Amino acid sequence: MDKSELNEPNKNKILVKKLNLFYKDYQALKSVNLDIKANKITALIGPSGCGKSTFLRTLNRMNDLIEGVKVEGTILLEGENIYGPEVDVANLRKQVGMVFQRPNPFPMSVYDNVAYGPKIHGLKNKRQLDEIIEKSLRLAVLWEEVNDRLFKSALGLSGGQQQRLCIARLLAVEPEVLLMDEPSSALDPISTLKIEELIQVLKKDYTIVIVTHNMQQAARVSDVTAFFLNGELIEHGATEEIFTRPKDQRTEDYISGRFG
Amino acid sequence: MNPRSSFDKALIEIQEDIFQLANLVEQAIYNAVQSLIKLDPAGAAQVIMCDEEIDELYAKIESKCIKLIATQQPMARDLRMVVTGIKILLSLERIGDHAVDIAQATMCIRESELNRKSSEYLTKMSRLVQQMIKDGFEAYRERDVQKAQEMCTLDDEVDHIFTKIFQLLIDNILADPKSIVQSSYLLYVSRYLERIADHATDIGEAIIYLITGERKKLN
Repeated sequence: MDKSELNEPNKNKILVKKLNLFYKDYQALKSVNLDIKANKITALIGPSGCGKSTFLRTLNRMNDLIEGVKVEGTILLEGENIYGPEVDVANLRKQVGMVFQRPNPFPMSVYDNVAYGPKIHGLKNKRQLDEIIEKSLRLAVLWEEVNDRLFKSALGLSGGQQQRLCIARLLAVEPEVLLMDEPSSALDPISTLKIEELIQVLKKDYTIVIVTHNMQQAARVSDVTAFFLNGELIEHGATEEIFTRPKDQRTEDYISGRFG
Repeated sequence: MNPRSSFDKALIEIQEDIFQLANLVEQAIYNAVQSLIKLDPAGAAQVIMCDEEIDELYAKIESKCIKLIATQQPMARDLRMVVTGIKILLSLERIGDHAVDIAQATMCIRESELNRKSSEYLTKMSRLVQQMIKDGFEAYRERDVQKAQEMCTLDDEVDHIFTKIFQLLIDNILADPKSIVQSSYLLYVSRYLERIADHATDIGEAIIYLITGERKKLN
């Protein structure tokens, strides 16, 4: 099914209400409320330690893996509380996938990297797998560059190709939301622009949340920008508004490079 | 330490340069209208020569703005500062060109004296547009929205005089067809002054955008 049929325009994909997060005694997120729109790119910006990556990781419960983390409040994905007791976290992470700062392909072939997820989820049919691999690689705008070396090690790809491979690997399990934690911070400028272009293409079918330290990147790629400071969501709104006329002085100071 | 101190310095420098350009332009209007009223071709020639200085300064400031966009990627108020800087520059440069237009008209008038009533109207228009520029740049310096708005209301007065002088010059032509050459040039001049007031209003709008981030149409 075409995913865009599921994602109506301006529909909220994720609703975050009064979210608090503690690392033991330290409160890393303070009563964060944010609606994340379907088929939009939301950029999270803020200085180091402001809570933006922590917030991103709450959206697919990656913080559960850290000892001593306590989460309060609710996060509704399509109306379902992802912190509810019946939630299958593995399934949640399939729905809400994540791309990390450094490309982390598995030490196996390009093909096997992308096939990994579908296989884990029980798909064995070779023809179907082939189809998924081609489709995912095409979606990640990598197919043309790797279709003659599908069975060679993914570690031989360039950094930018590896990152797009990681995105293809994610797309192979048909997620709905893509979380990206500084996905191009380890890449050269051209690879960065390719990733940004890819993100633009993907938003047709996916809801994307991206953490970035690069303000120009947030301005270039996102529809909505949210500014975090000391664990609080200070301001969020249309990216154009945030970057031309922010309402809060702290946002103004941060995006104009006056602190942080 | 302010991580943007050299950038801040560059922004202040641009603003000071713009003030300097505004002074030159305001002086050019005054000189142009004065040499017209006195029918002083030497004075008019001086205005035309001074326009080179205006154009050079304009190009210099514009280059500084472009360089800041290319190298500093200004955001938020800084971005508005640079963008409105370019807009204001452009308006000032056009005003400068109209001062030249007025000077050129002066050089084309062969009579030994100017129709008294028209010269009164033109002096009034000139004072008003100079006032608009002065007030506008005060509003710019002080980041004063109200002052910028008030300055733009002077545009209505300029328009009002423009309507009156237009009628006067038509009447003059009808009454004395020999006056057609002078009257036609004066029609042009009044139109240039009216356009200068419009450019001044554009400057006012740019200043309001700089301060508030909101677009306001003031004429």
